Amino acid sequence: MSRQTARPTDSRKVSAELFTLTYGALVSQLLKDYENDDDVNKQLEKIGYNIGIRAIEDFLARSNVTRCNDFRETADVISKIAFKMFLGISPAVTNWSPAGDEFSLLIENNPLTDFVELPEGHNKLNYSCVLCGALKGALEMVQLEVDVKIVQDQLKGDNVTELRVKFIKRLEDAIPAGED
Amino acid sequence: MTAVHILYKTFYSLYRLICSMSGGSYYFVIVGHHDNPVFEMDFMPSAKANDPKREDHRHLNQFIAHASLDLVDEQMWTTNNMYLKMVDKFNEWFVSAFVTASRMRFVMLHDEKNEDGIKNFFQEIYETYVKHSMNPFYEINTPIKSANFERKVQFYGRKYLTT
Repeated sequence: MSRQTARPTDSRKVSAELFTLTYGALVSQLLKDYENDDDVNKQLEKIGYNIGIRAIEDFLARSNVTRCNDFRETADVISKIAFKMFLGISPAVTNWSPAGDEFSLLIENNPLTDFVELPEGHNKLNYSCVLCGALKGALEMVQLEVDVKIVQDQLKGDNVTELRVKFIKRLEDAIPAGED
Repeated sequence: MTAVHILYKTFYSLYRLICSMSGGSYYFVIVGHHDNPVFEMDFMPSAKANDPKREDHRHLNQFIAHASLDLVDEQMWTTNNMYLKMVDKFNEWFVSAFVTASRMRFVMLHDEKNEDGIKNFFQEIYETYVKHSMNPFYEINTPIKSANFERKVQFYGRKYLTT
């Protein structure tokens, strides 16, 4: 795959509030359609996954990063370059597991959740789990299988939103059946 | 004056024979597009806070606020401001109003003149209301149940109304 030269930042910027409102409308509509919190969470992850597998191309083209040598580099690239590029925030990378295969991303001001209050009776709704799906999808496209979960959520009363990323395995490129 | 308005007045003057009110009480209601109350709160001086007749007063306050909506709707077209000052008077109750850009009507019943306090209160509640309505889970015109919103209204009420 050839890499494009970095093009200037997209001049057709969208207002951050419009983005927040759009995502909010999406989640509230999903809630009306599915009613069950777990179903909505699953749908949001699927949506995130579909975004992730496409966003990774855009990301690699615009950021010109090289292949990461280990998982720690991956974590840094995700937090300092990827999140910065797409959401304008830089979450902190902390809580490394002793084996070095799990880390946490701490997000303090999540643009997705501006002005949002979870409605009554929907305490299990993971409002930001589209981010989990997106990370999973994007990393899968670069041959890393990971599991991403929300362990702390500002909408549920915690101080920060914490995403726990766990490395599962490296994916080998599978040769399509029928070829050599 | 409509017939309904007159009816309210006679009902009220009968009621007034039975009890009397002291200064400093406020009743605030946000009225939706279908004349439905979206949020209500009253602010009483501490002397009156445990008045057993408070429930009756609430029904009465709702009557008075409802009766003044016609006048609010008339007056909102006569000015560019959102704050309409005093739109109605009902025996010793004054009615002030504030109409937002989306035609949500903030109505305040009060028995003492406090134009500045009420104006500031309305402004702050307007900002709070706008922030609340940005919540994707809140449907406009439905009752506001957020504890956060209630706390803010109480705070501003204490700050601007009952000091």
